[in-house]
Amino acid sequence: MSTETVADSDGEDNAPAPMVRPSWFADIGRIAAVVAVTYVFFMGLGLLAGLNVNFIMSFLQRITFYGAVFAMGALALNLHWGYTGMFNIGVVGFMGVGVYAMSFVTASPDASPAGLGLPIPVGILVGFLAACLAGLVIALPALRVRADYFAIITLGFSEIIRLLAVSGSLRTLPGGYGTGGGSGISAPRTDSVVSWLQSKPVTGELTDGIIWAGVNLGGVPDSVMENYVYTGILIGIVILIFLLLTRIAYSPFGRVLKAIREDELAARSLGKRTDRAKVVVFVLGCGLMGLAGMLWLGKRTLVTPNHIRPIWTFYIFVALIVGGAGSNTGSVIGGFVFAAFVYDGPDFLKRVIESFYEVQSPPTIADAFVSSNPLAVIDYLVNSMDEIKYIILGLVLIVLMIKRPQGLLGHRKEIAAAVDLSRPSTPSDGANSTDESATTGSAGGESDE
Amino acid sequence: MSSADSPDLESQRDDAESVDEDASARSVDDAVLEVSNLHKRFGGIVAVDDTSFSVERGSITGLIGPNGAGKSTTFNCITGVYEPEDGSVTFDGTDITGWEPHQVANQGLVRTFQIAREFPEMTVLENMMLAPKDQLGEHLWRSVLPGARGGVVEQERELRDQAWETLEFFEIDHLAEEYAMNLSGGQRKLLDLARALQTDPEMLMLDEPMAGVNPTLEEKILDRIHALREDGYTFLIVEHDMDLIMEHCEHVIVMHQGGVLDEGTPEVIQSNEQVIEAYLGGEV
Repeated sequence: MSTETVADSDGEDNAPAPMVRPSWFADIGRIAAVVAVTYVFFMGLGLLAGLNVNFIMSFLQRITFYGAVFAMGALALNLHWGYTGMFNIGVVGFMGVGVYAMSFVTASPDASPAGLGLPIPVGILVGFLAACLAGLVIALPALRVRADYFAIITLGFSEIIRLLAVSGSLRTLPGGYGTGGGSGISAPRTDSVVSWLQSKPVTGELTDGIIWAGVNLGGVPDSVMENYVYTGILIGIVILIFLLLTRIAYSPFGRVLKAIREDELAARSLGKRTDRAKVVVFVLGCGLMGLAGMLWLGKRTLVTPNHIRPIWTFYIFVALIVGGAGSNTGSVIGGFVFAAFVYDGPDFLKRVIESFYEVQSPPTIADAFVSSNPLAVIDYLVNSMDEIKYIILGLVLIVLMIKRPQGLLGHRKEIAAAVDLSRPSTPSDGANSTDESATTGSAGGESDE
Repeated sequence: MSSADSPDLESQRDDAESVDEDASARSVDDAVLEVSNLHKRFGGIVAVDDTSFSVERGSITGLIGPNGAGKSTTFNCITGVYEPEDGSVTFDGTDITGWEPHQVANQGLVRTFQIAREFPEMTVLENMMLAPKDQLGEHLWRSVLPGARGGVVEQERELRDQAWETLEFFEIDHLAEEYAMNLSGGQRKLLDLARALQTDPEMLMLDEPMAGVNPTLEEKILDRIHALREDGYTFLIVEHDMDLIMEHCEHVIVMHQGGVLDEGTPEVIQSNEQVIEAYLGGEV
């Protein structure tokens, strides 16, 4: 599509200038480069520390899985916040709606609480639609209020969902259905979709082929290989969402969204139906959040209210801020970098440190300070890496806000238009003005490639 | 389109001179905008009190008045930012009272703001590309579905060419790829006007287009306004600078304390003692 556009525009305008609009192809390349560098970094560190290769591989699989989940969440949030300026701090609520709806559809009718026992893809579709519906229900009242109240409504919604899930009165409903209260719903894991794919004609042969290759050529155990395939499916979904959102971004619709973010009254005064655009985008984003929730939480055998705590909304915000709000490429990179270095990285670091010397951690921080061992404080910190993680998270956020508030990629560079916007070449162009536009062009956002 | 020929002007002058106390009685041959008995209050403050006036098609009409006279509120009531409590607004034969801002704009009545409201983190070109109405790609499915996007791309190309043309007309094309936030105050005013023009309006309502603009740029803006009027656009301009209004408008409406104090040609207004008093802050 993109190459077609280039060809058309060249043909019509006789413009010899190359296309300067950043293309999704280059963006995917950029994302792949970040992922590759991260892999090499952890692989090198792991091998240097003499860690087990299987351990390193499973770590890489883990950061890829979480990277994909955070990327999906960040992409959806970017549509709301980065593009349209809707400050949705109830992300996990929409994830919860999705995953609970899916669990209800896919859980076995004999289980307690009972489900409908339908295949996982049907469950995912229903979960997506349920999250969309929840978005619509919230959008109609919430988008009438000012931006700060909107944020509070979304936060309230996500807490309502969590409290409904934990509530005793919805625990068991007539017919054996219900939320299961605090103990949650037990449903088939979404990664069992891999076996479901194996049981179908075409996809089955394909999946079998990949697993066979992994087992026989890579020497990877069968069950691990299924995990890889599931993570691969997630990457595919991230790419699809990325393409969808990029297409929105490079369109007049995306331009209206940006205008809403910048100044809604000005956009309305230019004749734009901002109310309609906001509802459409909110519903779509909520559906995508539901999808992210299903693919992530659905991987556990049990979905409990404990999994839909507001901290996850916070994580997704940090992932988006790391990458740069307003940029789809940044969202994906932010999601992956957050998963690799902040969410999972510290545990890996702990293993690396432990491989060099034996960590003898004192029981409390006070003991560490009075200890005769000069390394005691460090030992203590290494041993409490799980908790230190949150301090690192806070530090990353503070440093980022001070040093690079626009995120790793720098934000809002993606020009919202379906065509290259550079000046169509006409004979009337003065040499003077062309020069000027060339110099400002290099300072502006379009000279991205 | 510039039908404001001399006989009309003379008859207006006669009207204004003869019926000073009832300004709303002025008859306009071809009114594009008619405001009648507009009321708007905020709490205990009556911001607009029984305001009536009309704007002739193809004219440059000035709206002046001291601070707090109700000019901006009147603007906001006409363009749908506020809903008037009473009265009616008729644009081009259609009753637009209480319409939403986007409906008013799509009807062909487009405004700019006192403080330029550009979209700061969008480029000048993006600002310009947003404005044209009835864009196919503003529907999500049109923008996303593979088969439907062809028409969108086609239209985008036309809009881009149009945007460049307008930028060249306003001589800000060298800033096209700059973020709007990097523009100077005066350039933002130009962008605001250029952007409003992109919607292909019948009539433009400019809220203090010259505020904070240096004399050179001011000359440029005025120059463009006159050129556009030649092309048939109608202007209603709120402005504080009396000299400027007197020099460039053929019809002037004076507001004071929420109502219309007087209206007529600049000469008539300048000789009205009530107007002078209102500007000097005396009791009326």
